[in-house]
Amino acid sequence: MKYTKRTFIYPIFERFWHWSQAALIITLGLTGFEIHGTYRLVGFGNAVSIHNTAAILLLVLVAFTIFWHFATGQWKQYVPTTQKLGAVIRYYAIGIFKHEPHPVRRTRYTKLNPLQKLVYLGFKLLIFPIMATTGLLYMFSNTLGIPISPIAFLHVLGAFLLISFFVTHLYIVLTTGRTPLTHLKPMITGWEALEEDDHAAPQAAPEPSAD
Amino acid sequence: MRSRKKFAGFLIGVGSLLLGLGLVSVVPSSAAAPLVIPVQGVAQGGTADHSQFEILQGPFATGPEVTAACLTCHTRAAQHIMQTTHWTWEQKVNDQLLGKNNVVNNFCIALSSNEPRCTSCHIGYGYKDKTFDFTKETNVDCLVCHDTTGTYKKFPAGAGHPVYEAREFPVGSGKMWNPPDLALVAQNVGKTSRATCGACHFSGGGGDAVKHGDLDTSLINPDRQFDIHMAADGLNFTCATCHNAVDHNIAGGRYVMQAKDTHGVDILGRDDQNRASCESCHGLTPHRTDAKLNEHVARVACETCHIPALARGDQPTKMWWDWSEAGKMNTEGAPFKIKDAEGYDIYDTQKGEFAWERNVVPEYVWFNGEIDHMVIGRQIDPTHPVVINALKGSADDDKARIWPVKAFRARQPYDPNTNLLIIPNLFPNSPEDKEAYWRSYDWIAAASTGMASVNQPFSGEVAFVESVMYWPQTHMVAPKEQALACEACHSTNGRLAALTDFYMPGRLQHEGLNTFGTVLVGVVLLGVIGHGAARLILRKNNKKS
Repeated sequence: MKYTKRTFIYPIFERFWHWSQAALIITLGLTGFEIHGTYRLVGFGNAVSIHNTAAILLLVLVAFTIFWHFATGQWKQYVPTTQKLGAVIRYYAIGIFKHEPHPVRRTRYTKLNPLQKLVYLGFKLLIFPIMATTGLLYMFSNTLGIPISPIAFLHVLGAFLLISFFVTHLYIVLTTGRTPLTHLKPMITGWEALEEDDHAAPQAAPEPSAD
Repeated sequence: MRSRKKFAGFLIGVGSLLLGLGLVSVVPSSAAAPLVIPVQGVAQGGTADHSQFEILQGPFATGPEVTAACLTCHTRAAQHIMQTTHWTWEQKVNDQLLGKNNVVNNFCIALSSNEPRCTSCHIGYGYKDKTFDFTKETNVDCLVCHDTTGTYKKFPAGAGHPVYEAREFPVGSGKMWNPPDLALVAQNVGKTSRATCGACHFSGGGGDAVKHGDLDTSLINPDRQFDIHMAADGLNFTCATCHNAVDHNIAGGRYVMQAKDTHGVDILGRDDQNRASCESCHGLTPHRTDAKLNEHVARVACETCHIPALARGDQPTKMWWDWSEAGKMNTEGAPFKIKDAEGYDIYDTQKGEFAWERNVVPEYVWFNGEIDHMVIGRQIDPTHPVVINALKGSADDDKARIWPVKAFRARQPYDPNTNLLIIPNLFPNSPEDKEAYWRSYDWIAAASTGMASVNQPFSGEVAFVESVMYWPQTHMVAPKEQALACEACHSTNGRLAALTDFYMPGRLQHEGLNTFGTVLVGVVLLGVIGHGAARLILRKNNKKS
């Protein structure tokens, strides 16, 4: 038997992290492409100042977030799994058009479906480290005597991948709920109406702290 | 009583407020008191009053007589001078023998066979031809550098001597040169000044502002906007403040340049004792508040941003000289000149066609301090513009930085059969010199005697080739408010557009990546739009069924 239950799913830090990270990445993207020379927005000098400040803030935020992941055990949310991965991919490729239900039910213990786990883990372990490393090398390349060209290449390539992620992310969040707010609101309030079996019980993943 | 107390309290309140305001207004103004920096200026004292010395009472008939008097006390001064390039006009750099005696340029081309005119800027007396005695101590000219009266001038065609009786120069111009009072000058010697160094260096190429682009007579009494260091109303530096001398050997110079000073601030007893670089005073991290600007120091010379234009002063500098146009006569068959609206020659039968410009955006090059100079006897490739002094360096060269240069372009004579640049005999160095171009207006004659004077072959044929000479810019440093903003370079078609051998943010490079990224984002966008549209359509169909 199934019913929906208002569940507290995103604790305050996670929401703060999500939105401040989003704001910083959008800022970095907008100023970053101005620095690359794609368009003129706030002027090159301002763009560099803003970009560097946002980058440092993001590094600080990420440092706190890494601590949070380990302190709360939330890192386990990102352990990749192949279980139902095929089903999720099949859902977005076929099932969604037939109005089938999503194959993975979200709970407060498994917030991410297998595809999300994979994409977000890739973001954490691949894209973010590449952007941070190339970004820092970019900042000090002249003094370090490293050629800037390949660094800039990787940094801009990462930015293009991030835009692609951003577009897809927005599309899924805003269009796959009952209304555009269905998936957006929980990331603001922390509460989400989740489907639950009446005998649902905590398993491997720990409970998020409610602070 | 009570109201009186209140009134008193009010007065105290107002009073303390005013006092506070007063303090506020006083504190910053006292904090902004002008920086007092001791500088080397025009003889501001010293411990010897030269007018007291018996030996300097004169009268002196000639410059060398004054030098003989100087040497009675300053016994080693001439020996010092003789070690320097100011005297030898010769400098061995790597395997090239350079110096004015040996190089070719694209202004008046070369020294040989033109000595008496060129050597009016030699630091000696009598360098009128190759027989000049470089070992005779009284041939050293002390006064041209140490005069403080402003009355001592070397005669333009006097092989380094001033005039000893009134003479006209240029001949026919009506401009008279009167002999200086040598005793007065000798009694008023002092430290060098902007005016004494400038007597020669502001007139390189034969006239004010002609050659360098960053040196002209505007520097004798500059204001802060024009030169932040030499400003008479500011730091009031002389040339020697940076171009410091050890035993009369002056730091700095053009044949070997320090394109990247890695010492930072020079400390006595250590370092190279060469203050002729920005870093010698400003250090290696000169920008106090912006780390990113300090990051530029490794690859961008200070001058690139802080000297935003060439010829920022009152005078325009010469940018183009076409010798191939020389020799035209007016309707009366006589040589003539054409002047522009400001009075600068744009045509001269003796020299050809000129172009003058002020506030010129410099060209920019990678430069590591090494220069490959055109020397007499080196063959050229006439199918390309001849580079008179190739500045070495590239983006891949750690020792190179981006430098601003004045690129001086000219068309000058060469021998199409030997592919040698022609050393012409331009100046009639004696009444018997009929071959000199400025008397004969005959290139063949001028080339014959000029090339013979340097033991080079001449086929008898003269053609013209384009050439370019680079003048790295170091002077006329603007106040920081006028330094270039980021966008001057970091933009498409910015000032560094010609330097394409490196990635610079702001000018949209990595074309392939940009295309790939745009296509990728486009595909993703189209993908989600298509996906969404398909869902919408299918949902409607579902509802209908």
